[in-house]
Order: sequence, then structure tokens, then C-alpha cells
Amino acid sequence: MNEETNKKLKQQAMVSEKVRKIVVYFLLILWAVLVLFPFYWMILTSVKTYGSYNSEYVPKFFTLSPTMQNYVTAFTAVPLAKYFFNTFIFTVLTTLLMMVVVILSAFAFARLDFKGKDIVFSLFLSLMMIPNELVIITNYVTITNLDLRNTFLGLILPSVTSVFYIYLLKENFEQIPEELYKAAKVDGTSDFRYLWKVMLPISRPTIVTITILKVIECWNSYVWPRLITDDQNYFLVSNGIQEIRENGFGRENVPAMMAAVVVISVPLVVLFLIFRHKIMAGVARGGTKG
Amino acid sequence: MKKNLTAWLCLLPAIAFLGVFMVYPLVDVLIYSFEEGYNFASQTFWGTGLYNYSYVLHDPYFIQALKNTFIIVIITVPLSTGIALLISLELSSIKALRDFFQTVYFLPYVTNTLAVGLVFMILFKKTAYSDGLVSLLIQLFGGPSVDFIDGPYWAKMFVMCFYTIWIVMPFKILILTSALASVNPMFYKAAEVDATPKWRIFYKITLPMISPMVFYLVITGFIGAFKAYSDEVALFGTDLNAAGMNTIVGYVYDMLYGNSGGYPSYASAAALILFAIVFTITTINLMVSRKTVYYQ
Repeated sequence: MNEETNKKLKQQAMVSEKVRKIVVYFLLILWAVLVLFPFYWMILTSVKTYGSYNSEYVPKFFTLSPTMQNYVTAFTAVPLAKYFFNTFIFTVLTTLLMMVVVILSAFAFARLDFKGKDIVFSLFLSLMMIPNELVIITNYVTITNLDLRNTFLGLILPSVTSVFYIYLLKENFEQIPEELYKAAKVDGTSDFRYLWKVMLPISRPTIVTITILKVIECWNSYVWPRLITDDQNYFLVSNGIQEIRENGFGRENVPAMMAAVVVISVPLVVLFLIFRHKIMAGVARGGTKG
Repeated sequence: MKKNLTAWLCLLPAIAFLGVFMVYPLVDVLIYSFEEGYNFASQTFWGTGLYNYSYVLHDPYFIQALKNTFIIVIITVPLSTGIALLISLELSSIKALRDFFQTVYFLPYVTNTLAVGLVFMILFKKTAYSDGLVSLLIQLFGGPSVDFIDGPYWAKMFVMCFYTIWIVMPFKILILTSALASVNPMFYKAAEVDATPKWRIFYKITLPMISPMVFYLVITGFIGAFKAYSDEVALFGTDLNAAGMNTIVGYVYDMLYGNSGGYPSYASAAALILFAIVFTITTINLMVSRKTVYYQ
């Protein structure tokens, strides 16, 4: 009798465990579908022909005759390649410049002794609280007055410093044992040689993290480029896509629009799939969004 | 002495950039906000005072923007945090396919908000050719045909919040799953020995242990949602006032630039009002957290 109830209880527990598992997987799959569907839809729409897309009152979930024509249109009807190239230049230059600025400051705060170090560092940290929206107004006026609108310099300059990344890197630099620095000093190594040969290689993971985060930020930046450029020759992809949306391909050509969207999304998605673990670890450590 | 010099030289670029693009603007934005009738072309103004603030606070577009922003904040912050918590809990309870799900969930983080917003617009928009996929789905279940992009206010707000949640989810799920992974398994083992029910484990162990991270997400969530702007542009285009979907940040930029632009004083006043709101909310959040968050 007792044994039987036990068996029954066990069976019940197993069934409820199974039900729970099914519910869990169902919800997880549901969210995965919600995340993936827009991506599927943009790829699907981008390979439908203009005619077939507009003739489907109820859109089809697949297509039997995919076409590459929309990609050709996306590159020829609007200067998509130009937007792409601009964004690439902007991203590379901003990230490079920022790395130099950030590394030098972090090095000064972590390894060099100078008067007023603590005060300067606290001042730096207090700047972290200032939202971008507050300073962007004056920056817009500054860049306009310097006649730097519609130039790469105007696009790049305001975003080459980040107090947060200085802070992150400084913390990392400080974990490198002081003895290494002293030993290098005894050997007559200069400060900068030490920074280049010892500190940077040791801190590589953090530097990679910062670089990746900055690249993502640059690739997706929209607000500042929109304020500072009205010449299509200097548009970044975000502004380009907005331009395509508003003035388009002369007519409402959704498949070509989607082709442009796919082209713009691909680089970062590929970057993400390659460095997936690094990026996720990096964002967990130092990313903010939302 | 030489060492001092090296240090300052290293700091020079950062100090120069921060000075020009952070500290000076901070002072300047305050000055702008009190200069009445500032003219951008001639760079003159006719008085100082609180007129800019009163203008902004009486501007129906600003009131609309304020209302929209608050609705977005109130809906998306609790919902996204809640759903993220649910998904993270489920995610850490499974082994198979976990890495796959984590990768998929993170995808929106690396996509261009403007670009994917366009896909959302296509899915929700009603055109001459089609009612839009979502609207057709609703009709399939017997609902009315709704245009979510140019239609009624609640419909637009729904897409807006849905897209915002879609965008902020990856970050929240990532932070919560890593928080859950760092809870000491000893606690769970002890609870298992005592045959503690699951909901009790969640309330008494899991939630207190991850509460600092949940709280971090709530704070950053509030700040981020108050600054909502590019998601709106992605869905409704650059003329947000016409769509009735402007946000406070959108109002600031519209005042500064574009068809209705050229008023840095009004923009400054609006930006400072936004800053005051965010500052107040964050302070309240911090005060609440001191009572509820469990720090080890």
C-alpha cells in the first residue's frame, strides 16, 4: 500500500516536471521566435520582387522565386555604398582615436604619480553622470561655429572620450603588479615602452571589450550624425536608412528598403556571431543600453 | 617634476576633449536656458529670466512629449524587467539549447535600431496594398483592422512600447542570467535538503541574491526610457510632432534642428527639465533600494 502511494507520488512528480519543462521550452521558443521573426521577415521581403510583394494582400511566409534585384537597386538607386563607407571610416577613426585618449589617461591614473591625481580622477568620475542630451545642444553650436558641419572631424570629435572606459581600463591596469613596473624602471625601460610592451598585452581582454562596445555604438549612432550632417555625402548608415525611408527609391519600394536594411545589419551580426562570447561578456561588464 | 609633466601630457587629450565637449557645454546649457529671445543667427538675446522654461512648459508639443515619455517609462520598465526575469529564470533552469537561446536573445543588441525599426514599421503598417501582417493576424482572430503606424493613439503607443521592450530585452536578459549564475549553489543545496518549495526558494534565496542587479536594471531602465528617441524615429519618421509620438529628447532636438529648429534656448530649458526629472526619479529609486535591496 505504502509502496504504491510512493510510486504514484513519484509518477505525479515526474509528470509535473515534464509539464513544467514543456511550458519552459514553449515560452523560450516563443520569445526566440519574436526576436528572430523581424530578421526573417526582412530577409524574406528583400528577396521578393517588387511586383509580387505588392500583389500579396496577405503576405506569403516564403518565396519560391527569390531575386537579388533588390540588392542591386539598393546599391544603385541610393548611395548605400557611400553610407557604408562613411560609417566604416567614422567607426574606425572614432574607435582608434578614443583608444589612444583612453589608454593614455588610464595609464596616467593607474601608474603615474602626480599632484592632484585624486581630485582630477573624482572630477572625471563626476562627469559620468552627465547625460549626453544636456551637452549636445552646445556641441551642436560649437561644431556649427567651427564650420565643421558635414565633415568627418565634426562627426568624430565629440565622441572620442569616454570617462567610463577610462575608469574601466584604469581598474584593469591597476591589477598589474607594481613590481613589474619597478623592475622595468630598473632596466631603464621608459614609461611608454612599458605601457606598450607590458600593460597593453596584459590588458588585452579589456581593450578588446572596449573596442567592440565602441564599434557597436559607432555603427548604430544616429542622433549626433543627424544633427551634424545634411549633406548625403557624409551620411552614416542610420541617417541613410532614414533618408531611404522618407524619400526612398522614388516610390514606395519596400523590398529594396529591406535589402538595404539587410546590408546594414549584416556586418554587426557577423561580428557578433564570430565574437559572441567576448561581446556578451563585455556587455555584461561594461555595456549599457535601455 | 618630469613625472608630473608626463602624467599631465597623458591626460591632456582627455582633459581637452572633456573640457570642450562636456564641461563647457554644461555651463553653456544653463546660460542658454536663461537667455530670453536668443537669436541663433545674430547670437543676441533681449533679456534673462525664466521665460524659456515657462514657454516650454506651456508648449502643447512639450506636454504631449512629456505624456508620451511617461507612458513609455511606466509601461516598458516594469514589463521588460519582469519578462527578462522570467526568461532568465527559465533559461538558467535548462541545459539543452541554452547557449543557442542566449545567442538568439542577444541579437537585437547588435542591430541598428533605425534599420530594424523599419521592419517593425512594415509589419505593423497599413498600406494600399496590404493591411500589414500584424493587423491581418488580429483579423484572423476576429479583431478589427488596425493601422498601428498612422492609426489611433493607443495603437501607436502599443507598437512603440513593444519595440522598446524588444530593443532593451537583450541587455536585461544578459545581466540577469549572469546574476543568476553567480548565486552560490550551496544555498540551493541547503534548501533542497530542507525540501523548501520552489516559490519559497525564489522569494527567499534567488530574489534577494540577485536584487542588486535587478535594481541596477530598474535604474538604468528608467534613465534609458526617459531618453527614448531613436526608436520613435525608426517607427514614425523624423516628424514626431505630426505623428503625436514625440518624446522629451525628441522635443529637444526638434527645437535645436530641423524645420521647427533654431531655438537652442528652448532646447536647453527642455533638456534641463528632463535632467531634473531623471535626477529626481533616480534619487527616489536609490532611496527605495536602500530599504529593499539585499547587499552581501
